Amino acid sequence: MHSIFKRTAAALATSVAIAAPASAELTGELRIFLDTSNPAPRATMEAMIERFAAQHPGLEIETTVIDREAYKTQIRNFLTADTPDVATWYAANRMKPYVEAGLFEDVSDLWAEPAIADNLASTKGAMTIDGKQWGVPYTYYQWGVYYRKDIFDELGLSEPTTWEEELANCQKIVESGRACYTIGTKFLWTAGGWFDYLNMRTNGFDFHQQLANGEISWEDDRVKQTFANWKQLIDMGAFIDNHQTYSWQEALPFMVKGDATAYLMGNFAVAPLREAGLTDDQLDFYQFVAINPDVELAEDAPTDTFHIPANAANKEAAREFLRFAVSPDEQTEINNGANLGQLPVNAQSSVDEDKFLQQGFQMLSANSPGGVAQFWDRDAPAEMAKASMEGFQEFMVKPDNADKILSKLERARQRIYDN
Amino acid sequence: MTTAADIPEQESWFHRNQQRIAPWLFLAPGLLFFMVYVIIPVFQSFNLSLYEWDGLGAAEYVGFRNYEDLYWEWSDRDAFYISLKNNLIWLLLYLLAIPAGLFIALFLNQTVWGIRLYKSLFFFPFVISQVVVGLVFTWFYDPTFGLLNEFLGMFGMGPLNVLGDERFVTYGIIFAGLWPQTAYCMILYLTGLNAVDPEQIEAGRLDGAKGAKMLWHIILPQLRPATFIAFVVTIIGALRSFDLISIMTQGGPFGSSRVLAYYMFEVALSEYGFRMGYGAAIAVILFLIMLCFIAYFLWSMYREEKGY
Repeated sequence: MHSIFKRTAAALATSVAIAAPASAELTGELRIFLDTSNPAPRATMEAMIERFAAQHPGLEIETTVIDREAYKTQIRNFLTADTPDVATWYAANRMKPYVEAGLFEDVSDLWAEPAIADNLASTKGAMTIDGKQWGVPYTYYQWGVYYRKDIFDELGLSEPTTWEEELANCQKIVESGRACYTIGTKFLWTAGGWFDYLNMRTNGFDFHQQLANGEISWEDDRVKQTFANWKQLIDMGAFIDNHQTYSWQEALPFMVKGDATAYLMGNFAVAPLREAGLTDDQLDFYQFVAINPDVELAEDAPTDTFHIPANAANKEAAREFLRFAVSPDEQTEINNGANLGQLPVNAQSSVDEDKFLQQGFQMLSANSPGGVAQFWDRDAPAEMAKASMEGFQEFMVKPDNADKILSKLERARQRIYDN
Repeated sequence: MTTAADIPEQESWFHRNQQRIAPWLFLAPGLLFFMVYVIIPVFQSFNLSLYEWDGLGAAEYVGFRNYEDLYWEWSDRDAFYISLKNNLIWLLLYLLAIPAGLFIALFLNQTVWGIRLYKSLFFFPFVISQVVVGLVFTWFYDPTFGLLNEFLGMFGMGPLNVLGDERFVTYGIIFAGLWPQTAYCMILYLTGLNAVDPEQIEAGRLDGAKGAKMLWHIILPQLRPATFIAFVVTIIGALRSFDLISIMTQGGPFGSSRVLAYYMFEVALSEYGFRMGYGAAIAVILFLIMLCFIAYFLWSMYREEKGY
């Protein structure tokens, strides 16, 4: 605790030293709405805002933290009435409805400043709609396969890199009486992660984005190939039974108890797995295997963002806050293991020593040439995401219904993108 | 004295019409809120169902296209069809709460030591929140650790994933819903049984009525008001079965446990929902279904009033 405090103080001191001469005195009120309602992220955000407040004593900052799920519906109200100056949200298509309704401020000017343009280039695409940027990211995290290293060792398996190795590994795991993967699809989106990877590995990043944008038929043979690959895993019993009844958290015990050996998940799964008693010797990470050798590897890395509502009162102060939030020191601080435990968006920041964050950072910066996707339910429009993830769930339970499901999705596509 | 005689001539309009105005004045607050929160929104929803609106931008008038889409969903056996079918199943099976409640009420309508405790224990499920009921039954049905499967296992029957199988899921949720609803009907009947005329029972007994005959010809007719209320609350409860579905399955697996109320929420207000107009159209359909029952209830109440 003591060392954290010291580090915070040090970071505070340096950031004050850097920023103080540059910025003019800000006054007035700055209202910030956050969806970081879990205890750790909440404390992180509040500490960051305190540091910002210390730099701008003339500014009266009011922070409101809203429950993460409730925030998703409330945002529609507070963007139109009683608007804050800064609000958290998500990148890519998830922000599109608000951008199109003119409720988010265009912050392309911030992205033109060298401090942001040079250091945040990797996430620029996710923040861009119609050639303009509508917010800044503050954290992101990798997806990939988290697996039980001790069970792999016991069965004499090594981290797979190709589809053949993956299937061979899985065959051995199934023969040992375990499932290869745990998953809980009750809330659907976890199946979206599987589809993301299988489709990006089978058909590539660009195809995947075109599909998300409704430019490709769901009955296309290439989509069918993705589902055929998926079916290979399902048919061999790779996934736990009854996954449609579980949430992602309820699926964790299967991995902890060793009934399943791996979990395709975001990095946020590491914390509960550790809390459940798995040590770093038992737990490891590998990048999702290549399927089609002709397509470049692409990854999912969902990004959480700050935006300035178009109706904000104090946009000047809000812009300053956005600059502050993405500055190298702040990024290092809020994303470290003691705080969010995720990846900093600023290239000048340093990544925490945590082995999963290090591996994830390596993977995203060096081994994801195809591109970085946000996640299926953020890349595809909300309606299509909902309909398709329901289809994925049905497919995972009844793989033989593939054709029926795909034709249903194709009908949905024609209706949804038509408007 | 002289002033008193003058009063009738100076009587104000309010004083003259007091008798007629007073009821309206007393009704006014209720009427006002009923208009603002019930009647006007009904028309607003209908109006909204003719638009396409994401809740943010400008609404676009589309005529009856939302209803047309619903029709296509119906003929494709898609979400709307499933929701409507499930609503029907809910309506029918939820009514089981009435005979079940009656049975328990008859059973508890006796004087033994500690009967009050038993009564309150039977009433207990109605007091706890629907959220808790949903959670308890979710764990009960859990395919791996659930009590139900432990129980089935004792008879050598295979594990059953009630909430994960599209054939059973709706019945599983209805069963969970019946638990508190039965308790509610039981309380209604228990109070009704207090008002049963002992002389009529006596008379029936003299005429040789016993058991089922007694129940059918003597007790039940006297319980008609209680049955009526139980019927009303059960029908309405079945039509607005939302919370249990939301907690237990979120409409899943793959949308097979949706009902209209949940589908409406999903389409218009949930995380992925942006179709206010479409949601309103579903709400209108749900309202029309309810209207049939409401009309029937009002009619039978009216008939009852006239009877006296």
